[in-house]
Amino acid sequence: MSIDANTAAKVAKLARIEVENQDLTALAKEFNDILGFIEQLNEVDVSGVEPMTSVTPQKLIRRSDNITDGDRQASVLKNAPLSREGFYAVPKVVE
Amino acid sequence: MGELNKLTISEARDRLRSKEISSVELTNSCLAEIDAADPLGAFVHKTPELALAQAENADERLSQGNAPDMCGIPLGIKDLFCTKGVESQAASRILEGFKPEYESTVSQNLLDNGTVMLGKLNMDEFAMGSSNETSVYGDVINPWKIDERNLTPGGSSGGSAAAVAADLCLAATGTDTGGSIRQPAAFTGIVGIKPTYGRCSRWGVIAFASSLDQAGPMTKTVRDGAIMLEAMAGHDPKDSTSVSLPVPNFEAMLTGNIKGKRIGIPKEYRLEGMPSEIEKLWSDGTEMLRLAGAKIEDVSLPHTKYALPAYYVIAPAEASSNLARYDGVRYGRRAALSSGDGINEMYERTRAEGFGSEVKRRVMIGTYVLSAGFYDAYYNRARRVRALIKEDFDKVFSTGIDAILTPTTPSAAFGLGEMSDADPVQMYLNDVFTVTVNLAGLPGVSVPTGFDKSGLPLGLQVIGRPWEEADMLNIAYSLEQSADFSAKPSKWW
Repeated sequence: MSIDANTAAKVAKLARIEVENQDLTALAKEFNDILGFIEQLNEVDVSGVEPMTSVTPQKLIRRSDNITDGDRQASVLKNAPLSREGFYAVPKVVE
Repeated sequence: MGELNKLTISEARDRLRSKEISSVELTNSCLAEIDAADPLGAFVHKTPELALAQAENADERLSQGNAPDMCGIPLGIKDLFCTKGVESQAASRILEGFKPEYESTVSQNLLDNGTVMLGKLNMDEFAMGSSNETSVYGDVINPWKIDERNLTPGGSSGGSAAAVAADLCLAATGTDTGGSIRQPAAFTGIVGIKPTYGRCSRWGVIAFASSLDQAGPMTKTVRDGAIMLEAMAGHDPKDSTSVSLPVPNFEAMLTGNIKGKRIGIPKEYRLEGMPSEIEKLWSDGTEMLRLAGAKIEDVSLPHTKYALPAYYVIAPAEASSNLARYDGVRYGRRAALSSGDGINEMYERTRAEGFGSEVKRRVMIGTYVLSAGFYDAYYNRARRVRALIKEDFDKVFSTGIDAILTPTTPSAAFGLGEMSDADPVQMYLNDVFTVTVNLAGLPGVSVPTGFDKSGLPLGLQVIGRPWEEADMLNIAYSLEQSADFSAKPSKWW
């Protein structure tokens, strides 16, 4: 498995991280180094082994579906880079 | 009365109780040391006013009697913990200016026990790193020095390790996803405990890889680790993976008596090309446990070799998902936009400017291994291998082995910048002995037991059975007594 600059660009796009065109080749090389290291996993016989979903044997604890918190608009917005009229503000999304 | 900052938690506790010292005096002593230690780069947000107010409250509580063991003890808190009204940035530019409106459960538990927060501690960005060189605040420098070079304190909890080793605080919180408590503890000659997964709540701890992350204490002695862990741990309904089990009095179980304990020595940890001083450290530690009455047995953990590659699929996958929340909308820093830029440009530029290169690399690797067509080949395969790694440990423990002894790290602290030209995988090898413990959800503790030939501290790791931190700590305590490691870095800063 080898990643080229195009694939690197696609991954960067999926991850929503801007990468300059001139940096894509170096990025692809780093990916290949790491993926080359990961390839060792193919040596392991995993037939009949379920992928681990929880490292502790407990079932995910559920709570009853009640409202336990809320009414904290000011707190929620306190750290927003931009807010207006009680909402987060972002660049225009809908034309 | 000078040098109160050098006290251990247990010494300070006893002196606070006998009214020989006050928490305000103890706190002032630490604050003065912190101000004189800026060259170490350990404390990145100092909170002296808050600390003194908390110390006054602690003294009041102590005067009424019946205060908890940790009451009045000044601590450093890793920047990964959300602390109400105090900067909590995970050492990232993307969380610049973020002041949480809430307190993490672990730091709240500590506050409820009457501890004093001296400030926030440096770390690798989002806990991704083994040398504390990925922080937006700059490097942390190890207080241990053997020549003109500045050495790494390890990572990601490098600020915590340096602060405790340099006696800037009595102890500190750390977090450990692949070795981030134990490796820096080994590099700085202190004790670091990674508890069983689920022992400490992850709520309010900025997430890296949720199935691996666990908070724990970084202290000067095993006894201090036992005292502090008890205060940090406990069930928390706000973390669905936190386990509802009683928290034992860990300190009460430190008898030092390990007669008849069965200690496993895993042959797969004997790496090819392992430095002879690491070999010697390990065999010396084995001998100490044998002399203390333990039975030493060879054990096998056949999938050890695959732990690091499995980790470097699972951790980035979880990180890519966890770090998706940093989008410049709800908190932290948003990139400046040009006219005409839309929401995608905002996301992409904010994340490009806000994340450092190691974080970007891991988020993108995670995105790749989770993407359509690769999910099964990478992510699911890694989770299957993880199941096999856990099964290796289950099998060993089912034969009656009480704990496993390994080196903590494959080397002593290296120089800052020395790994900068190496490919990322070389840096990942630092975690070769610690990462299996996270994948299997087990408790592990690093204890300083010796030095390399240049005089830098080295640590041994005791791996315990799940939920049996008390037994693990007692074995570590025995090791600590036998090794009698009492060296401190000499003050150059």
